[in-house]
Amino acid sequence: MFLSYFTEQPMSAYPADEGLKAGYTSVLFSNKYYDPVEGSRLFNERIEEYKLAEQVGFDGIMVNEHHNAPFCMQARITVMSSILAAITERAKIVQLGNPLPTYDSPLMFAEEIAMIDMISKGRLISGIVRGAGQESVCLNANPAYNRERFNEAHDLLVKTMTDDGPFSWEGEHFQYRVVNPWARVLQKPHPRIWVPGVFSAETIRWAAQHRYPYISLNTPLHLTGELWQIYDQAARAVGYEPGPENRGYLLRVHVQEDGDKARENAREFMWMQGEFTGIGHPYWTSPAGYGSSARRLDYARMANSEIRGSRASRFEKQLAAREIVAGTPDEVIRELRVVLETCRPSILMLWGNDGGVNHDDSLRCIELMGTEVLPALRDMGGELGLHDPFELDSPISLALTPPDELNPIESADDERPEDTSDSKALNMFR
Amino acid sequence: MQTVTTAVAGLGMREFTGGSGDPLVMLHHSFGNPGWMPIHEALAANYTVHALDLPGYGGTEGSDQPDWARHPRDLALLVGQWLRAKELGPVELVGCGFGGWVAAELATMSPERLNRLVLVGAAGLLPEQGRILDQFLVSHSGYVQAAFADKGVYEAIFASNNGNDPDEPPVSDDTLVVWDMNREMTTRVAWKPYMYNRRLRPLLGGVTVPALVVWGDNDAVVPVECAHAYVEALPGARLEIVGDCGHAVDLEAPESLAAIITGGKS
Repeated sequence: MFLSYFTEQPMSAYPADEGLKAGYTSVLFSNKYYDPVEGSRLFNERIEEYKLAEQVGFDGIMVNEHHNAPFCMQARITVMSSILAAITERAKIVQLGNPLPTYDSPLMFAEEIAMIDMISKGRLISGIVRGAGQESVCLNANPAYNRERFNEAHDLLVKTMTDDGPFSWEGEHFQYRVVNPWARVLQKPHPRIWVPGVFSAETIRWAAQHRYPYISLNTPLHLTGELWQIYDQAARAVGYEPGPENRGYLLRVHVQEDGDKARENAREFMWMQGEFTGIGHPYWTSPAGYGSSARRLDYARMANSEIRGSRASRFEKQLAAREIVAGTPDEVIRELRVVLETCRPSILMLWGNDGGVNHDDSLRCIELMGTEVLPALRDMGGELGLHDPFELDSPISLALTPPDELNPIESADDERPEDTSDSKALNMFR
Repeated sequence: MQTVTTAVAGLGMREFTGGSGDPLVMLHHSFGNPGWMPIHEALAANYTVHALDLPGYGGTEGSDQPDWARHPRDLALLVGQWLRAKELGPVELVGCGFGGWVAAELATMSPERLNRLVLVGAAGLLPEQGRILDQFLVSHSGYVQAAFADKGVYEAIFASNNGNDPDEPPVSDDTLVVWDMNREMTTRVAWKPYMYNRRLRPLLGGVTVPALVVWGDNDAVVPVECAHAYVEALPGARLEIVGDCGHAVDLEAPESLAAIITGGKS
């Protein structure tokens, strides 16, 4: 099993009552409420926690980026990745992911990824994402071309990592007269690419078609079977048999010696009314043209409805559904066994601390994960046959799979045209 | 009134047309043309009215989407080709809101196709004092509502439920889908810079045909300063302000707008 630590790095030191008054905590929620003194403290506490996560045995540290909202302090994923490259020695740096379409320069990502891979001595996993709809609004990247830009930026990024320059690129959305960065990735042919997402059938299928592991972001456990079915069918259609090495899962988990204290701290996962991307309007999170056209009516209805406040399930309900796991190490291990048996991922991201959980408790949580939870998870992983891509040395991508190993099964993919289930999953996170 | 679709550059372009007299072409707001409206009916007494769906607007029944279009100027080029395909002109070209921007762009390219340019609450110029309301920061219904000074007029046109069921959305699913498709097309061509073109104003001096600029005095979408900017930049322009009226003069005060456009004509 590949076990990674994660936190959204919340900017928890903001006046929550102002957010409640405004009715939203993203996009237009004024940064006059951002206190950089507190920001500095929080950044440095997180850095100490990452160091500990490596020391106690995590295989990786997952980082991400978001904009204009307190729920995530990381405005540039490559900045935190660079810091991790310098302050850690062994753990993989798991970018989930680089939001390719929201910037105008895929070449910039290629250069930064190469630098981080070299500085970290080949410890980078360079995941990629479309970026949530509101990132398009905040960075002013056209949401109607988001998927096209994602696809093209991916192709250019991979070519830049694998082919010698100089070459030119004349694409639909990106053009370069010279692509020839003097920064090359250390890992050959290129660092592994993982693709995170909540439940977008289009993205799941795209990841499977490229043989990139799909990291399901706290998708309700009972929906993961449906999710992997979409992945597996698309994988078989292009010619390989998927397994746990293609599956990742991010889950909110908090551990303390005192189970009640753990559950009390875990309530902090519900901060900002449980909306993990902050409270936002649907017309920010799903701008016109961003989502699949088959779901246009759902999006439009949501965008024009009067829903205010939280759309998340109650804390107790999420605990019962194992969407949040909290307790003593033994309690958490028992719950995680059910998660592993149900979801069967080989890549598990433990989202350990959120909201206002203090530094000391965060450190203790990480320590207990390292001493108690991780060893148990590794045993379970072995028992359940959950072997990760590194253990199996599995192909990095479909393009890097020897053609004679591929056996495409026609009609394996049911081509279910569009997302059918994500409204169920997304309601919780929007 | 009849619905006519004309092929232009491989795209079907739909219009509602009716009336008799000299040709008058109307270009709609970014939220689209809700149908054959009172303004069309009023103008049809004096003109042959062509209420055109801009390329990519009007829902699945409307005009086809040009995947390649990246700017309102691309839409203006297509409207120009449509005028040629129909051998229309010179025409009275009336553009409302976003459609006013497209009309102004077309006027700079093909003034000979125009008998007169009429801009109604037209976007296209960057205001110096105020701001053009950004539809991408508000809901579809919130944006359309903002185009009216009188909410009752908005509701009379767009509201579909009788208010008995609080869970029922205030506009029909069909309207929501068309609004979202129109918004997506607006996103494709006008995401940024939003609703203006710095390359438009310098070219307006070359529009030698008469121009009429009409604005609601209570326009909450495009500031009235843009009316004055258009009048200043267009050599033959005249300004008419409509009282107690919002941005969508064509929908909120159709009789007044028709009278202003028709002038002494009867």
